[in-house]
Amino acid sequence: MPKRVGIEVSLAASEAACVADTDVVAAYPITPQTHIVEHLAELVADGKLDAEFVPVESEHSAMSVCVGSSAAGARTFTATSAQGLALMHEILFIAPALRTPIVMAVTNRALSGPISIWNDHSDIMAERDVGWIQTFAENGQEVFDLIIHAFRVAEDPQVMLPIMVNLDGFTLSHVIEPIEMLSASEVRKYLKPYKPRIVLDPKNPVTMGPVGMPEVYTEAKQQIEAALTDSKKVVVKAWEEFAKLYGRRYKPVETYRTKGAKIVLMTMGSVSETAMTAVDKMRDEGVPVGLLRFRLWRPFPLEEFKRAVKGVKVLAVMDRAISYGSRQGGPVFTEVRSALYGTPKAPQIFGFVAGLGGRDITVGTYEEMVDKAMRYAKKKKGPTYELIGVRER
Amino acid sequence: MAKVDAITGWRNLELGITITEPGNSRQLRTGDWRSQRPVTDRDKCIKCGMCWIYCPDIVYSPLRSGYFNWDENYCKGCGICAHECPKDAITMVMEED
Repeated sequence: MPKRVGIEVSLAASEAACVADTDVVAAYPITPQTHIVEHLAELVADGKLDAEFVPVESEHSAMSVCVGSSAAGARTFTATSAQGLALMHEILFIAPALRTPIVMAVTNRALSGPISIWNDHSDIMAERDVGWIQTFAENGQEVFDLIIHAFRVAEDPQVMLPIMVNLDGFTLSHVIEPIEMLSASEVRKYLKPYKPRIVLDPKNPVTMGPVGMPEVYTEAKQQIEAALTDSKKVVVKAWEEFAKLYGRRYKPVETYRTKGAKIVLMTMGSVSETAMTAVDKMRDEGVPVGLLRFRLWRPFPLEEFKRAVKGVKVLAVMDRAISYGSRQGGPVFTEVRSALYGTPKAPQIFGFVAGLGGRDITVGTYEEMVDKAMRYAKKKKGPTYELIGVRER
Repeated sequence: MAKVDAITGWRNLELGITITEPGNSRQLRTGDWRSQRPVTDRDKCIKCGMCWIYCPDIVYSPLRSGYFNWDENYCKGCGICAHECPKDAITMVMEED
């Protein structure tokens, strides 16, 4: 039986990379990801993880080292947050293009400005289209499990793409939770040694990342697009096998009390736990509300999402990031609405931007969203999206 | 190895369009977009080799006869050789002519 221990979620993330037998860690500390990097450095220094720890001078360098080490055939892990993720931006595109299966924990934090160290999803939503597989954890157990799962999926010969595992900064990264920690030997049953399809080796030289002339650039992009789209099958299958081995079952789209629900709240990440409490309260009061959350964000789980909202009359979609000037709501909302375009009997959809830069999302916040969405739906009129809790005066 | 060219479909490209054959840049003809090409008048040429020295693409190579050979596969038609030739032996000619 795996040991269930009380541990800070950040440390559990490092332990996951440790039991996954990571070969190279290249990372730069940034709040609120710091504890992940510190603990990894500790694990390497204490001899518990036989890995090369590269203390780089910036996140741009961190990601560059990761691309290089992964290309050389090393299992590679890193972690970052907000400004750090933004500084990696340029290299983030390179990793999937070179088909380097890096695993990165992203401790979600608001981007400046104003300067904020607190949680929202503006960092990750700005990196939506970089070609990485992206998953979102709700609790500490999921953080641990999704990191193990990420290595398995990323290194699958049919995938060979990098993965970001997202965890909310502070509200998840810094809490202490009871987590079932798998041992290295237990993980070895699930995670075979990494066998790269192409590897950097002086004895057999290759050129990775050559110039893509107009004659080949489009084809190179299509290769990544197809690999990312097709990776969903591997993502799902790897979760099924995870369930068989360890008993915890994960799906791309998670639902809670959606049976018979007329209105469904949509969330991502750790705030979904508060949302469940809110759903329970509203259900007790007779409101036919359910909850849906994306665990898998890239590739977008289109089929699972459509099945999950079939028969639903109203959707209240929460965004943790603002899409300046889109005039059509946040990134999650616009994708959800686009996914349902042309669907017969599609639900009415209303967007709510909430919890920016660490603003609390309480049960009351969800009640306000559901109340408003129901009221707008009844009148068949309401704002497409709005910021929740913004002071006007 | 998988080819990287203008006719191979994406399914047949190497993973990440990696080049798995070392030194294959030799196969790449880079002069196909040239609009002008240099033509040397060997009656005027004094075999000084200025074209060979100045060419930024190493397109000229010395021949045993002392003249210089011009490689059409790599010349971009920049005209530096024609400009530097002390005897005005090189003229730039439009490609379609």
